[in-house]
Amino acid sequence: MTGSTVPGVVPASRLRLRLEAREQPGLPTHLAVSLLLLLAALLLAGTVMTVAGGNPLDVYRSMFGAAFGSRWGLNDTLIKMVPLALASLGVALAFRMKMWNIGAEGQLLMGALAASGIALFAVPPDMPRLPALALMAAAGAAGGAAWAVVPGWLRAQFGVNEIISTLMLNYVALSIVQFFVYGPWGERGFGLTPMFERHTWLPRLTDFADQWSALRGLTLHLGILAVPVAIACLAILLERTKFGFEIAMVGDNPDAARYAGVRLRRTMIIVMALSGALAGLAGMSEVSGVVHRLLEHISPGYGYTAIIVAWLGRFNPLAVAVVAFLFGGLIVGADEIQSAGISSLLQGVILFVMVSGNLLIRYRIRLRPPEAMR
Amino acid sequence: MIRRLAVLASIVLLATPLAGCVLPEPSTYPEEMPTEVEEQPTLTTPDIVEGMFNVAFVYVGPIGDGGWTYAHNDGRLYLEETLDNVSTAYLESVPEGADAERVIRSLARKGFDLIFTTSFGYMDPTATVAEEFPDQAFVHISGLKKNDHNFANLFGSMESAKYLAGMVAGAKAAEDGSNRVGYVAPFPIPEIVRLGNALTMGMRRTCSECVLDVRWIFSWFDPEAEREAAVSMIDAGASVIVTGADTAIPVQVAGEMGFTGIPGNSANACDAAPDACLGVPYWNWGPTYARIAEAVMNDTFEPDDLYLGVPDNIVGFAGFMEGEVPQPAVPDWVIPEVDDVLQQMRNGEFTRFDMFTGPIHDNTGNLVVPEGESLTQSDLEGIDAELGTLLGRPGCTYCMGWLAEGFVADAQVPQ
Repeated sequence: MTGSTVPGVVPASRLRLRLEAREQPGLPTHLAVSLLLLLAALLLAGTVMTVAGGNPLDVYRSMFGAAFGSRWGLNDTLIKMVPLALASLGVALAFRMKMWNIGAEGQLLMGALAASGIALFAVPPDMPRLPALALMAAAGAAGGAAWAVVPGWLRAQFGVNEIISTLMLNYVALSIVQFFVYGPWGERGFGLTPMFERHTWLPRLTDFADQWSALRGLTLHLGILAVPVAIACLAILLERTKFGFEIAMVGDNPDAARYAGVRLRRTMIIVMALSGALAGLAGMSEVSGVVHRLLEHISPGYGYTAIIVAWLGRFNPLAVAVVAFLFGGLIVGADEIQSAGISSLLQGVILFVMVSGNLLIRYRIRLRPPEAMR
Repeated sequence: MIRRLAVLASIVLLATPLAGCVLPEPSTYPEEMPTEVEEQPTLTTPDIVEGMFNVAFVYVGPIGDGGWTYAHNDGRLYLEETLDNVSTAYLESVPEGADAERVIRSLARKGFDLIFTTSFGYMDPTATVAEEFPDQAFVHISGLKKNDHNFANLFGSMESAKYLAGMVAGAKAAEDGSNRVGYVAPFPIPEIVRLGNALTMGMRRTCSECVLDVRWIFSWFDPEAEREAAVSMIDAGASVIVTGADTAIPVQVAGEMGFTGIPGNSANACDAAPDACLGVPYWNWGPTYARIAEAVMNDTFEPDDLYLGVPDNIVGFAGFMEGEVPQPAVPDWVIPEVDDVLQQMRNGEFTRFDMFTGPIHDNTGNLVVPEGESLTQSDLEGIDAELGTLLGRPGCTYCMGWLAEGFVADAQVPQ
């Protein structure tokens, strides 16, 4: 030893951590590891809170109560779930094929922009609600799809790295939205468009309070119906159709898929279009169901969170939706905690631990003496 | 494959807003609110206290912004100290988008008796929630809307304080020999245009040769953009930087480069750069918050467009208020004149309407307001005929969309 040991290299005499692949991790493993990770994250964040002078148990209790403890909380959590679930399902679909579409944020924004354009300028005031909403949904899906097809085509045609191109297009989309809300569609320079007409709003539960008084005050909008529909469609597409099989095949081994006769480029572009369309629908449901106008901060990062949701849901449609629901609760609950820094810290810690600990599902940790490794 | 995943994972973590990139340093709180730390735990959830009069505040930024939100929180603390039987709670850094309505509604459901929402973007969400909870009172800051039973809007004559700031800035620029002042302007909206015009007129009062440069940064709170705007105007020859955005960074930057500046919003904003600071036009919300809370408690609250002036003590100019000493960098010769104008404002002899009285030319030499004409409140707020009909207020004639003489000739209000 000359003293110039490379940092991080452990002296040879010690035991070393070693990862070992699990055989076929099943559902129990998934659940057990996920719960363990959640616990670890809560412990870690709790330690920070204790240092900051708070009582983590109180904080967690009030967070849980705010998100799931009353019908108001559930209402708010479900509202948060809608854009998260739709965008995450889109991301999960692309990830299945190992198309790393991290552009859900931009696709969501373009969907919101397209749907807003329809609501503000293309829907005549006497148009009934149903066709107006259908038009907006179609425009939202098309906007999102168009924004995803571009990087999809670049990847398929020229091998352009879709991670970079989808990410960059997020910023472009944000700039386009800013241009419209501050510019031609803006109202008094404030970065928001005028409020949409009533008949372009997705109906909310409280709108039916005249018939069922129990619904009064519940702001959940019918965009939530798109979630089960999307789950069912994706599940059928992935598990029951030839196209779904092709997607899995391309994901596992593109070369083999090509030899087997899969039209690689076409598959890539279609998958990206579907992925973007789902994110675009998420944007449409936010402008039409929640905000009723387009504004610069229409998305507090749903598209980025969707990547993590898809990841934690192992790209399985139903699991993704469940994770989206829990994340909705996390966002609603964390908003209760002051000062605001603590809530983003908590969310960050949970995300970090869950994502980085995720490999424990596929691997187990073994302690081995170094000899045994070689 | 692994490498691609690694790239993906790192990008995701970097790009995720949830991953906690906007963490204010908790360690700054004890310094800023020494009296609070002992009574109040660091982590709180906004809940009502039974048997008390409960007031909630919704803030757009972190209290630690040292500006806009900090000033509102000062007002909250004043309210709690001044009135017995009042309990307050707040939510900070609430985005103006989809979440605002949910957050405000959740506070209303919890049963807060009075809710202040402190950013323009909360206007429609507050109006919506106010209709749903007719027995609770709502006050929106800086907006235009009200209803006839429980929803008012509140603002104040910050233009008066900016006029004083302009007087000091002009005097300093004249002393520097630069004859050039810079204005960091957040948004091309009537409020910011009005404040810029007040600044210009104050500046021209003490320095008839001076011009006002401007940079629009399209944000209230963007430390990097605020810094860049200040540097760019200093590079163009300005020696005094006045900022209308939330932080004192432009003044710090000016100080680092050997110049001076005037921050805004919060009475203590000079602390960020005491040597470079010439004073602060600041908000003094406390007394007004207390008055409104008392009115709601006594059932005498009447929703209105509340637009208060200097005599109501809603704004001030730090360094020149009672018992205060002007910052060391302020030119001595201008102090008596500023004191004099401030006194006139306090006595109600020099109001915002007196300030905006013709003849007023714009920065390209056109006569905007003829001699003898004064702007109306609708003119000042830029409420056009269409909006006026909607709000039940008269429309404007000399709508606040022009830059007054004194702005550099090529400055414009971006469309």
